[in-house]
Amino acid sequence: MSKLAVKICLGTTCFVMGGSELQELPEKLPASYKKLVSISGCPCLGQCGAAATRAPYVLIGDELLSEASIEKILKKITEKLNHAQ
Amino acid sequence: MRNSNSQAVHLKKEILVRLAAAFLGGDYPQAARLIPYDMRPKGSEVPFRCCIHKERAILKDRVIAGMGFAIEADDEKTLLSEYAERSLSRKRPEDQPLTVLGAACRGCVPNRIYVTDLCQGCVARECQSVCKFGAISIVNGKSAIDGAKCKNCKMCVNVCPYKAIVRIAVPCEDCCPVGAITKNPQGLAQINFAKCIVCGKCLAACPFGAVHEKSQLIDVLNQLKRGQRVIALLAPSIAGQFPGSPGQLKTALQISGFSDAYEVALGADITASNEAREFTERLDSGQSFMTTSCCAGYQELLKKHLPEIVPFVSSTRTPLYYAAEKARRENPVALIVFIGPCVAKKMEGLGNPAIDYVLNYEELGALFIAQKIEILSCPETPFAQESSRQGKNFGFCGGVAAAVSAAAGRPERLKPCLIDGLNKDTIKQLKKMAAERTCPEGNLIEVMCCEGGCIGGNAALNTLKLAKKIILEYSDRAPEIKGL
Repeated sequence: MSKLAVKICLGTTCFVMGGSELQELPEKLPASYKKLVSISGCPCLGQCGAAATRAPYVLIGDELLSEASIEKILKKITEKLNHAQ
Repeated sequence: MRNSNSQAVHLKKEILVRLAAAFLGGDYPQAARLIPYDMRPKGSEVPFRCCIHKERAILKDRVIAGMGFAIEADDEKTLLSEYAERSLSRKRPEDQPLTVLGAACRGCVPNRIYVTDLCQGCVARECQSVCKFGAISIVNGKSAIDGAKCKNCKMCVNVCPYKAIVRIAVPCEDCCPVGAITKNPQGLAQINFAKCIVCGKCLAACPFGAVHEKSQLIDVLNQLKRGQRVIALLAPSIAGQFPGSPGQLKTALQISGFSDAYEVALGADITASNEAREFTERLDSGQSFMTTSCCAGYQELLKKHLPEIVPFVSSTRTPLYYAAEKARRENPVALIVFIGPCVAKKMEGLGNPAIDYVLNYEELGALFIAQKIEILSCPETPFAQESSRQGKNFGFCGGVAAAVSAAAGRPERLKPCLIDGLNKDTIKQLKKMAAERTCPEGNLIEVMCCEGGCIGGNAALNTLKLAKKIILEYSDRAPEIKGL
């Protein structure tokens, strides 16, 4: 089974609006998830628009998460992994 | 102190982004006037306040502060478009960098001890017996506090087995290390500027986002638009606050209109060497300790609350001072803009004629976002002069002491004592050192107003851990500081 890809947007907007701290995700990921999930940074996902209202964005599988936080990402990962089983 | 997870911080950043976009978009006064309506259009949700009109009124105040004006002086009749015009004709920024938004302030009930409904009216009644002031009596079978007698000592809070007694917090007052926040007659927070050390802790602490920095963003944008030669001075703590490397950040600044960028770490090298020399001289002459002097919040504390420790404070100037001097010498007709992590440095900027403007990381971030500059796609531009590893490490707790120690060259003689954040306790500690003319914990006292150092400044964009990690990776490639 291929890993669930989590892409954290490192575009200027997402980083400044709170995405910077999402880079702590790898260490917050439960050990049992480590084999199932791959985490990487990525260039601007092109979602932010002019106002930056809903940044930061994270792409989890094919789903886009806005106003992302570590907690929201972990919840979404769990949901996706459970669904895949 | 920072808390970038909070929605209040997100909202403040969004205001700056919209303001910068309004400026760049063409009809600035009209676009600025519409910001509250763009953010809360007709029929939109009302996420925080009682109604859409109050939401917009507070957003308007946030925009006014973002333009650099004091809300205390606002007559509520002046339109945002009028403020926009004024922000363009202003010659220099206003004096006090902080402002309180009365409309956004919750008017928290004053600090006091409160018995909640969880009180069971138990038989033990430890709260009553532990109170030294006789403030607790039993009314209708439950504990009741006589406010006139209570001294807020929290003994009852600590002993209640049901945790039924609480201390009601007032976050801005609680975090202010110098008691500079009081209530006005309407019960709203106000800053006593004669006492305020501009540390920005209230700014980060208020859950309603009622304290704002008066931004100089429009002033800088206006100078860039006029085609002025503008030089950016980058604080050492900037590595890790934006995506990409400091070299890429320099390119991004050039794309956004800055002519050149210097690392303030160059000035940090001079500060460290001068402090190392001073430290050696002072110890040779019999003084038992010396404190560092580079933190702007600490400088305000010295002036307003701690004059007795001044004889023990290094008279060396700050890294920013030396960096600005160099930038000014090399660019006599340019405008000098410092980019840093905190509001306290705005105070230092206002007091130094070599510094024209100060932007914090949130404000620079807003400028990049509005200009749609992707830092990660920028190539590296090297800095004209390389600073030392130790100079680059000035921005985190322990970095300054390590630099002075390395420059002094005799590590066995120097014992660092780190004041990691100014609060009521550490200020007491400093007062004690001054009174006793000695410090048992060390002889070089590094004072950082913010916990973690400058990377913990109120406008820092990254976590302490990640910021420090990235600074260390960056500084590792730099040469060692020259010894005396």
